[in-house]
Amino acid sequence: MSGDIPEAIAGHPAIRQWFGFETEGRVAMRSGKVEIGQGINTAFIQIAADELDVDPLRIDLVAGDTRSTPDEGVTAGSRSMQTGGLAIRYAASAARRALIGEAAKLLQTRTDDIGVVDGRIFVNGRESDLTYWSLAAAVDLDQPVTGLAAPKTPQARTLTGKAMARIDLPAKIRGGAYMQDLAPEGLVHARVVNPPSPSMRLVDVDEDALRGLAGVATVARDGSFLAVLAANEFDAIRAAEWARGHCQWSAAGAAPADPVAEIGASDAEFENPFELGNVEACDGRRFATTVSRPYLTHGSIGPSCAIAQWLDGRLVVHCHSQSVFPLKRSLAGVLRMDESRIDVVHVPGAGCYGHNGADDAALDAALAARAVPGRPVRMQWSRMDEFTRAPLAPAMVTRAEAVVGEDGRIAAFDVEVRSAPHSRRPGGAKAVNLIAATHLAEPMTLPPPAESPIPAGGGANRNSIPSYSIANMRSRTRVVRDLPWRTSTMRGLGAFLNVFAIETLIDDIAAELERDPLEFRLAHAGDERIAAVLRRVAEMAGWPGSADEGAALGLGYSRYKNSAAYCAVVARVALDQTIRVTHAWACADAGEAVNPDGIANQIEGGMVQAASWTLKEAVGFDGEEVITTNWEAYPILTFAETPETAVDIIARPELPPLGVGEAAQGPMAAAIGNAVRRAAGVRIRALPITRDRLVAALA
Amino acid sequence: MAERFSFRVNGDEVTVDADRDTPLLYILRNDLGLKGTRFGCGDGLCGACSVILDGKAVFSCDTPLWAAEDHDIETIEGIAPAAGLHPLQTAFLDEQAGQCGYCLSGIIMRVKALFDETPTAGRAEVVAALERNLCRCGSHPRILKAIDRYARTLSSGDGR
Repeated sequence: MSGDIPEAIAGHPAIRQWFGFETEGRVAMRSGKVEIGQGINTAFIQIAADELDVDPLRIDLVAGDTRSTPDEGVTAGSRSMQTGGLAIRYAASAARRALIGEAAKLLQTRTDDIGVVDGRIFVNGRESDLTYWSLAAAVDLDQPVTGLAAPKTPQARTLTGKAMARIDLPAKIRGGAYMQDLAPEGLVHARVVNPPSPSMRLVDVDEDALRGLAGVATVARDGSFLAVLAANEFDAIRAAEWARGHCQWSAAGAAPADPVAEIGASDAEFENPFELGNVEACDGRRFATTVSRPYLTHGSIGPSCAIAQWLDGRLVVHCHSQSVFPLKRSLAGVLRMDESRIDVVHVPGAGCYGHNGADDAALDAALAARAVPGRPVRMQWSRMDEFTRAPLAPAMVTRAEAVVGEDGRIAAFDVEVRSAPHSRRPGGAKAVNLIAATHLAEPMTLPPPAESPIPAGGGANRNSIPSYSIANMRSRTRVVRDLPWRTSTMRGLGAFLNVFAIETLIDDIAAELERDPLEFRLAHAGDERIAAVLRRVAEMAGWPGSADEGAALGLGYSRYKNSAAYCAVVARVALDQTIRVTHAWACADAGEAVNPDGIANQIEGGMVQAASWTLKEAVGFDGEEVITTNWEAYPILTFAETPETAVDIIARPELPPLGVGEAAQGPMAAAIGNAVRRAAGVRIRALPITRDRLVAALA
Repeated sequence: MAERFSFRVNGDEVTVDADRDTPLLYILRNDLGLKGTRFGCGDGLCGACSVILDGKAVFSCDTPLWAAEDHDIETIEGIAPAAGLHPLQTAFLDEQAGQCGYCLSGIIMRVKALFDETPTAGRAEVVAALERNLCRCGSHPRILKAIDRYARTLSSGDGR
């Protein structure tokens, strides 16, 4: 692996910031990227063990701890392997070379003669009495990674590129602890009382009555922030329920009756325009589509949870945030204290698919814990809190238009994205973005959400440029910022709907031109990697299949962010009493596949989750109020509805690893949409694709 | 108001003093320290809190403490031998069936109850039993494969 030194190394240049060998037989490894269910810890340990030549089980990984790990920003955007993984590889290489250099000096031999087996030093194949741990004390681990690092060639690696079992799974299936399960000595349970809708504020609550309820230890209130604390968790739950029924709230603000239509009608100014060639100069046959998705929810099975403790003027927060360093700075901003007095520690929680309530729960815990200084306070959100207090995934409307020239090729592709904001992560003291901050007696205003331009990966406009070879392409975005709901990132951001728009339009064009959808795509595949994933998935699925008996195959493809993994999906949809995805096949090219089974797991999970978004999910509102507050009102895909899946990974060990965690979302939605069109003969453009919508379209 | 209740958890007699309406979930997690039974929704709709009561899978979040009196409760902590795993857990590892893993305790308990009662259960019975067990990571295909694998060990007689 050659290439530039990873960016994270520039900020954390010393070997010691990544690795330590203080404990005999153990390797301490530190990363700023965290486990959110995606299996990153396993892949990082695989990379380090390979580079260091130690048993993976010797590596103790500490991840996302503001007291000790590198600050690598947010674990998001499918960037962890591309950035964090390579940083680990370089730092491990530098550590190995520093240790081997010392061994060569002591053994009076050349470093080329030295080999390492599980941390033991060998000279020309004969074991010495030296180990990493006996050498470490004499080695300067403060020296920089840069200059020393020379990672192994792909051929010399023995662990990466092969499937490795998840290191965290054995403990988890035995009942091991998540963030939600921590119970330090002296724990106090807390529940927050969330305003029923975003603009409602707490006018009055009988705090004395609340304090007098059975088991209530105390109440924390600051303006409209209200939390109850109790030694017994069930007492806290009951008190919060009582409070919900007895609080006096201000009236709800106005909200559009149909938020998706509101977004679709927006004439907000274009942001982040991006153009290749000149779309408007193209003439030919025009094809267009306008698709939409509703607001969605992240829906982690474990609602957000954090533990905060104030001790000697310091605040320690344990939480499952994806961004402990930015969160620490945001907490400092809200609590008006120096960030050096705050520690934020990541503990894996339930699966995280974007900016959910994890950061908000951390501030809620900190505010509640002020009522009982010295005691650890566990803030556990209810399922309803998770549905109503966490950021929603924004609704979107995307219009795509294509111009086909006389040669039968797409000459131009023009995409217009309308969306509520995608990016409201906590971004430090000046961009707090934590919900309780807006509820305080001296409320803070959330900063206006910014949108990322396409070259930086994009937000609403992510993947609004087709990942094909088309001479003229344009993307323009209208961000609708004046709706009442707080929205933020969810897996794939705009890519989910934009790929749905582009890939369903491509099928519509192919149908109109009587071209096979696969062949039509291959005709626009700009490089061999695109063609390879398309051909392979077609082969796996038996493309084109037959469209008889109310079932058909559909194809979808994109290269995530136009720069990360390539992913092609075929879905088979059967129409009977319901719309059911019976099978789904995927082929992905993620460059160097560090842990191929981890990649397959992410692609498979992404397909199942995207099937749920595409067929079933929509947040419901009554005015401003979110009324889908439990799993009955917001159903997600069940085991009975699960497709059979198959995933193939094209490994390219000589190329850099590419982010894969979000790559399947858009292609899966498009594959389902295209399969429904082939099976039923009608195009459903508004997500979710429900039976009611299909029946209406067929009528 | 606290009352005294006695029941068995993973074969051990336990006695707790608590409000009779406290959901069994919180008794297991907080009074007995058995955190492997997860909090998911509190509404009996996601299955993360599933445990086995007298051989039947129940949602511990909507089972009041009084309903456990004198009964046998089994949790994820109780299914494996002291060293090792229950074959169902082994099947999950063999298939790498999990991403975040938060839903797995509840799914494993519900599936164990199903096969303890009906060792020949097929896919239709499995998905019916899991009607209210949700997974958000999309690990469903691997979870179903793991359950198939476990079912095969039972039918070949080397389970348990």
